[in-house]
Amino acid sequence: MDRATRLGGNRPADESKEPKELKEPKGFSVMAGWVGLRRSLALCWTATAAFGRSLSVCGAISLMGPGLGLVPRAMEGIRDLAAHRRELALRWSGVEIPGPPGPLPPVPEGASGVVARYRWIMSDPQTRREYVWVLVDPLAGALLACLPLALVLSGAWGIFLAFFGVPLSAEWDGLWYQFIPIEGRATAVLAGVLGALQLPLALWAAPRVVRRHALYTRAMLAPSESELMAGRIRHLAATRSDAVDTQMAEIRRIERDLHDGAQARLVAMGMTLDAAENLLETDPEAVRALLVEARESSSKALAELRDLVRGIHPPVLADRGLADAVRSLALTCPVRTEVEIDLPGRPEMPVESAAYFAISEVLTNVAKHSGADRAWIDLRYDHGTLRITVTDDGHGGADVSRGTGLRGIERRLATFDGVLAVNSPVNGPTLVTMELPCVLPSPKTTSS
Amino acid sequence: MRIALAEDHFLLRDGLVRLLGAHGHEVVAAVDGGTELLDALVGKRPDVAVVDVRLPPTFTDEGLRAVLTAREQLPDLPVLLLSQYVEPLYARELLAGGGRGVGYLLKDRVTNGAQFLDSIRRVAEGGTVMDPEVVAGLLVRKERDEAVGSLSAREREVLQWVAQGRSNAGIAQGLFISEKAVAKHIGNIFTKLGLLPTDGDNRRVLAVLAYLGQ
Repeated sequence: MDRATRLGGNRPADESKEPKELKEPKGFSVMAGWVGLRRSLALCWTATAAFGRSLSVCGAISLMGPGLGLVPRAMEGIRDLAAHRRELALRWSGVEIPGPPGPLPPVPEGASGVVARYRWIMSDPQTRREYVWVLVDPLAGALLACLPLALVLSGAWGIFLAFFGVPLSAEWDGLWYQFIPIEGRATAVLAGVLGALQLPLALWAAPRVVRRHALYTRAMLAPSESELMAGRIRHLAATRSDAVDTQMAEIRRIERDLHDGAQARLVAMGMTLDAAENLLETDPEAVRALLVEARESSSKALAELRDLVRGIHPPVLADRGLADAVRSLALTCPVRTEVEIDLPGRPEMPVESAAYFAISEVLTNVAKHSGADRAWIDLRYDHGTLRITVTDDGHGGADVSRGTGLRGIERRLATFDGVLAVNSPVNGPTLVTMELPCVLPSPKTTSS
Repeated sequence: MRIALAEDHFLLRDGLVRLLGAHGHEVVAAVDGGTELLDALVGKRPDVAVVDVRLPPTFTDEGLRAVLTAREQLPDLPVLLLSQYVEPLYARELLAGGGRGVGYLLKDRVTNGAQFLDSIRRVAEGGTVMDPEVVAGLLVRKERDEAVGSLSAREREVLQWVAQGRSNAGIAQGLFISEKAVAKHIGNIFTKLGLLPTDGDNRRVLAVLAYLGQ
């Protein structure tokens, strides 16, 4: 899953996902207020944690001694905290903050001293951003997050003053509640009313503060547009070169297959026919045998060409599209496979082909390695994404990092910004999920 | 026999017309597209149609679709499909209508003229002819099933021949065994697959294919 989320971070902003972001909370609800209050308290707590970590990183920077020492470790802790805050922002406010594009930058060899430590932090934009964030958050973040709490406390203080304000004011030689000087019964009651008004205000403000806080966190932590672009360009360059390599390898394979297969058989056929021609007068029986041989050669050549074409672009995929091609795959898969498809149109051909071969490869793996009796394919199109899941009841233990097949699928899908996630605990079941962003050119408007 | 032919490659169409003509069949229509084929099938009512799956204008499964449409109007129209590739999915669709008088063969089979003509005849008589590749493709999947898995290698071989629409005598000839042995194998196959023995070759073929096409 980790892999998928990381690659997902490189995806271009998806317009269709935008409405999912939670809107500014509307109206007033005590329940929402309570929840917001609790959340803002939790955010206060993370601000305290940020304060602790900012101390640790500042300490690590200013420590005496050579080398970078504890700085990378301190930054690691900050990155974890930032990840936690991203998660909270997404869960509580639906604000998606793009994650760190990669691990911390490598520590340069032989660097030493305070300057080198600063330079290391500043060398990577994301690390620099997190460093600034951890310094600012104990102040700005905490102020924002503690606002509802402050309102509650001040409200409680006002109500308290309504009852005990007059004697307290006498004892303290005059007392102000906000802008109200408490001098007698009337002003004390006024303070109480003002305080009581602040309690619902706190409940009203809490959810809004939580959302503002998430937006503030995004402003602090999200990579800038140009940085995202740079990441995107890197990703595109890598997948393009992968795609070109794969294509080249494919062409080489086709060339080799033709050369060793059909071409060789046609040559053999020509020679057999030549021999038959020479024997025509003298030995008609031998000619008959040779002709049979020539015919067999032609069938074999045709069979090889068929297999080759099936590997390039399966006819059923060209004829009927992805849905039927997948049904056909399931039909001939040695493992009993059930197919469920919800696809209101045909994706573009390259996407179709990538999805088809990915499913084919996964099914081959299922048949070869999983020991499964049954498999299930689920293919559906939703919100601009083609989502394919293949489940089997085998013994599990599949690993993307070990299987070249799965790695191949991942690369094939990456060309289309697709991702692959494998969930395969030992003893199964194995669940392979693939997602491919694509558009359907002719979506049906009627439900069927 | 009166035969309708649909094939978009001129050379192959010409060759087929000549082959069929040489064996005393009348080619009532030789067309090169799906729409013309449908007109010919409905208009001329041939005894059997020999149809290439991939035809213009779409160059996809035009031939298959034309044939399926025609069979909706003329359910008894015997059809032999030819294709550069055999696709189990298409075989299943072809068999879905009951499987009487249908055939699905690789184009290569044309090179064995005698066998090809025999296939046409069997389809015209209402039999079922499936290419060994279709049967093999479907059997791969079934081998894991207990019933088909319990068949011996010989029985599986016999089953493939049965699926190709062969009679007992034909199977005996092809496998170089006695006709009695074939009958015994077939009896065993039906017992193992839990199919009740019924009379008539065609019904047995259909039973086997229905099982394969599940």
